Amino acid sequence: MSVTHDARIQIRPPASTVQRPAVRSWPDADNPAVWIVAIILLIMPLIANGFFLIEIFATTLILGTMALSLMFLAGYGGMVSLMQLTIAGFCAYMVAVFGVSGNANISLGWPWWLAVPLALTLATIFGTLGGALAVRTEGIYTIMITLAIGAAFYYFTNQNWAIFNGHTGINNVATPHFWGVDWRADIPFYYVVLAIAALCYFAVDYISRAPFGLALQGVRDNPRRMAALGFNVNAHRVAAYAVASFIAGLAGVLQVWNYRQISPGSVSVGACIDILIIAVVGGITRPVGPYIGALVFVLLRTFALDFLVKIGLDGNRFRLLIGLGFLAIVFWSSDGVIGLWQRWRQSHRLQPDRPGGGRSHG
Amino acid sequence: MDSVAQRLSAVGAGAALELRGVTRLFGALAALTDITITVRPGERRAVLGSNGAGKTTLFNCITGDFPPTSGTIRFFGEDVTHFPPYERIRRGLRRTYQISALFPGLTVQDNVYLACRGVSRGRFSFLRPGQNDALMHAADSLVQAVHLGGVKDQRVAELAHGQQRQLEIALALAGAPRFVLFDEPAAGLSPTERAELVEILTSLPAHIGYIIIEHDMDVALRVVESVTMMHNGRIFKEGVPEEIQSDPEVQELYLGGGHE
Repeated sequence: MSVTHDARIQIRPPASTVQRPAVRSWPDADNPAVWIVAIILLIMPLIANGFFLIEIFATTLILGTMALSLMFLAGYGGMVSLMQLTIAGFCAYMVAVFGVSGNANISLGWPWWLAVPLALTLATIFGTLGGALAVRTEGIYTIMITLAIGAAFYYFTNQNWAIFNGHTGINNVATPHFWGVDWRADIPFYYVVLAIAALCYFAVDYISRAPFGLALQGVRDNPRRMAALGFNVNAHRVAAYAVASFIAGLAGVLQVWNYRQISPGSVSVGACIDILIIAVVGGITRPVGPYIGALVFVLLRTFALDFLVKIGLDGNRFRLLIGLGFLAIVFWSSDGVIGLWQRWRQSHRLQPDRPGGGRSHG
Repeated sequence: MDSVAQRLSAVGAGAALELRGVTRLFGALAALTDITITVRPGERRAVLGSNGAGKTTLFNCITGDFPPTSGTIRFFGEDVTHFPPYERIRRGLRRTYQISALFPGLTVQDNVYLACRGVSRGRFSFLRPGQNDALMHAADSLVQAVHLGGVKDQRVAELAHGQQRQLEIALALAGAPRFVLFDEPAAGLSPTERAELVEILTSLPAHIGYIIIEHDMDVALRVVESVTMMHNGRIFKEGVPEEIQSDPEVQELYLGGGHE
């Protein structure tokens, strides 16, 4: 097999190749809204108190990164995986098991710099194996298989006491302290989360224009033709699961450090579906969508309770609001909040660019 | 027996494409029955036949989209019968589809770039192509070659039908094709576009052979040197275009008896 293009096929001389196509610069680097959001995110600790910093913004970034892993699979690969939270939860459990926690009979007590890479590796392997099962199917069957994996993991953690400590889970998980900094203190932790979320966001955006990401979008659009162009479609899909699993694993590490504990409740089927809702509400066509969806979700989860109580309803009905919002979004915009935003922009073409339509993260 | 097999395989080694006894069943329906074809490297052949004659199924068996139920397929002497499609493509086989099989969400340039990338290394590369990426240049010149330079940054979903058909051909010419299967490339093209198609086909390098399925005789018989007639999943007749055109049985079956 030759890697060179047969020059004789060129009917016209390649003089036209001077006008360069392809290589797009960094995402929207010329868009002022992006810079404003980036600066706000960087100076957030000056604006927000500890509650907002961690409970709203760090949590948004963590959930957004999990949903980003789903966006990568669903938006670029056309594979809707409901096990992204399960992979994150598995990684969180592994951090707790290999690292230091209050459950000394289970945790091995290794330092975080050993426990975290090992947990990430295992989570990536776990997600890749799950993906290898799921890629044998398409569409709704992919959803069913990944949901089954998520449900099986949830019940397994509930019933396994030797490693997962049953329904009580693993508590008092130690967080990193080094260079004289407690990295779980509000401000350092916020920056750790922001850095990792930004890393994942830019990595996904970069890969989407690299050969691997383009080929993944080709697989989404027409797997049969991809095979007829020389691509091993299933290998590509499994590799996409590996990438998504690593991203989900990173989010899982952040999650267990955030809550300092991990229990089956964090990996329930309902939580798996929350990730899907976050990704769809935000929009799965661009990496920024999951973060917008996560912000909407976290704001609703945090404040809908007070709001509902105030108007005389049961505060636990906040899911009703999320459900209605989800319905409204999929009904009016199959492309989530970013789709609404883009259409609003198009209908206001004459107005200058302004930031808005929900704060985007990354 | 041995010497016959040896002689046959020696013959096969010189062929670009050699099908022996290829049969494809869909349940009880035999879409292809005992097809034996040998095509020389560089040979250009048309496969004719009415709807349901098994022409596209033949292509699907050759590329591996559907494996044959029985029989063997050799590509430049190598037995590829049980290879997945991508392994055959990497060996220099290409095909186009009767109904355009493109990537509507990507630009023209990206479509062709994927085709170039599919038959080279780095299919899993996480690095974006640089300014001087050889495959980007290859994709550029292919886009120019099929007259799509003006729309190369448009998404394929926005292209006109004729442009999509041209892109369909560009995808099959990426890399170093040795043998191409064209499945009704002229379907739905205007007379001008047909003339362009004939120009593209006749200007292909001489070492690239192809089989073309085409109902338009003006296109088909101008770009081939041999013809295979199929009927009900079997090979019915083989010959040069003039023989086929003047054959009374062929006229009866395919040309409706009233041709010429």
